[in-house]
Amino acid sequence: MSLSALARRDAAETLEPIASPQIQPVGDRRGIAVALDGLTKSFGDREVLRRLDLRIAPGEFVAIVGRSGGGKSTLLRLLAGLETPSNGTIRLDGAALSGLTPDVRMLFQDARLLPWQRVVDNVGIARGKDWRARALESLQDVGLADRAGEWPSVLSGGQRQRVALARALVSRPRLLLLDEPFGALDALTRLDMQKLLSTIWARDGFTTVLITHDVREAVTLADRVLVLRDGAIACDRRVLVPRPRPVDDPQVLRLEKELLAAV
Amino acid sequence: MGSGLLSWLRRPGWLRRGADGLVPWLIPVALVVAWEIAARTGLIATRTLPAPSAVLVAGWESLLSGALLHHVWISTERALVGLAIGGSIGFALGVVNGAFAFAERLSDSSLQMLRNVPHLAIIPMVILWFGIDEEAKIFLVAIGVFFPIYMNTFHGIRTVDRGLIEMGRLYGLSSGALFWRVVLPGAMHSILIGIRYELGIMWLTLIVAETISASAGIGYMTMNAREFLQTDVVVLGIIIYALLGKLADALTRAVEVRALAWHPAYQRHVEGIAA
Repeated sequence: MSLSALARRDAAETLEPIASPQIQPVGDRRGIAVALDGLTKSFGDREVLRRLDLRIAPGEFVAIVGRSGGGKSTLLRLLAGLETPSNGTIRLDGAALSGLTPDVRMLFQDARLLPWQRVVDNVGIARGKDWRARALESLQDVGLADRAGEWPSVLSGGQRQRVALARALVSRPRLLLLDEPFGALDALTRLDMQKLLSTIWARDGFTTVLITHDVREAVTLADRVLVLRDGAIACDRRVLVPRPRPVDDPQVLRLEKELLAAV
Repeated sequence: MGSGLLSWLRRPGWLRRGADGLVPWLIPVALVVAWEIAARTGLIATRTLPAPSAVLVAGWESLLSGALLHHVWISTERALVGLAIGGSIGFALGVVNGAFAFAERLSDSSLQMLRNVPHLAIIPMVILWFGIDEEAKIFLVAIGVFFPIYMNTFHGIRTVDRGLIEMGRLYGLSSGALFWRVVLPGAMHSILIGIRYELGIMWLTLIVAETISASAGIGYMTMNAREFLQTDVVVLGIIIYALLGKLADALTRAVEVRALAWHPAYQRHVEGIAA
């Protein structure tokens, strides 16, 4: 079964994928199932996320749009294990999330490369067995193998984000979190990055959660688009248009309009 | 004039670079020549300021007798021992206070209070404690160098990009790896500035300490020469201090260029080689 087909399956069917061995065989490095139940996060008196319930199927590409301050980044940081929920649970493949795990990787708006380490050393930052070979392989995937020996400071913004993507992919994550990683890039570089991410996602099949303020980006890339408003899901839509999606596709345009209204 | 400048600019690269290297020396050389002329023509009395050539002769003689090297060695030893003690304590405290908020709350305000006491003001106290032996001078140097390295290490550690630390944690770096690969390199620029300040203060403190009481060292050499009105030796001592200071600074620069090779501001050198 193709991954997009998998992702397009009925939501009800993907609620309990954990026990099903056909979907998640032991040792398979495909996407992880995400389950949020009553997830609440407050900072002081301010409730940023309110009793959020959400199921994400393994290998699904979910985009979350919303105004700033709507709780998007907080949700992502909770999924990454960088924050702990005030209430409710996060389960990955049925197991409660407990802190940081190599199964989950995150890309930030800034690439966050160590300026004092060469590109390849940045990609292999987690070290471990054969890290250099694996880092080079990952750089190959993002088309930057020839820049392995450079300092990050000589790279362009887009190249830095590609290095950050390579770094995230080294450990073959099963959940990739993206916090507006293309927000600071120029339009053309942005399109390149979107294409690259799509290709790698289609190949590796990790579950992806992308935060963006760009509704068009969300509709172009994702299987499913959520609108997060005031800490709750205001809208949840599947994008059924086959990829690659032309921007002038009537269904895409209609969805874009609907989502913009919901934001 | 304009065309002269233009043709100078058009000269082959190696020649221009050679000429470029000479530029910083123009002023010192001109000053020394003027000084020599003034001394020879009697414009400046030898008792006031000896001619540079006389200083050179004094230096040569002192070098031959072995006295110069002896004094320089004694001074350098004091400087380095004091630097090692004060520098490592300052560095360690800077790291601990920079990394742990509780440690900072505990000790930083006390340290800031001490910092505002000029360390040379405690010389009488130091003499009471240690007499006029080596310990007194080493203690003063250690106190003097402590604060610049402490302040800059602390500041460097505090200002390391939080995002990078978070990224390191996300990628499962242990505390040790986080310190050596993220925090320390991030603080290095500031730490090296601290070291350069520190070296300046190190020589300054040593000069004062050796001038007050010593039986060897450059400070002693110049004070002794003063008693016998050997102005050439006094000037020699001052020049030795200048050279040692310059040498220490050049060494730090070399370390900086290596340690901060990643920094865009230091990549000119790399490009120069590549071009």
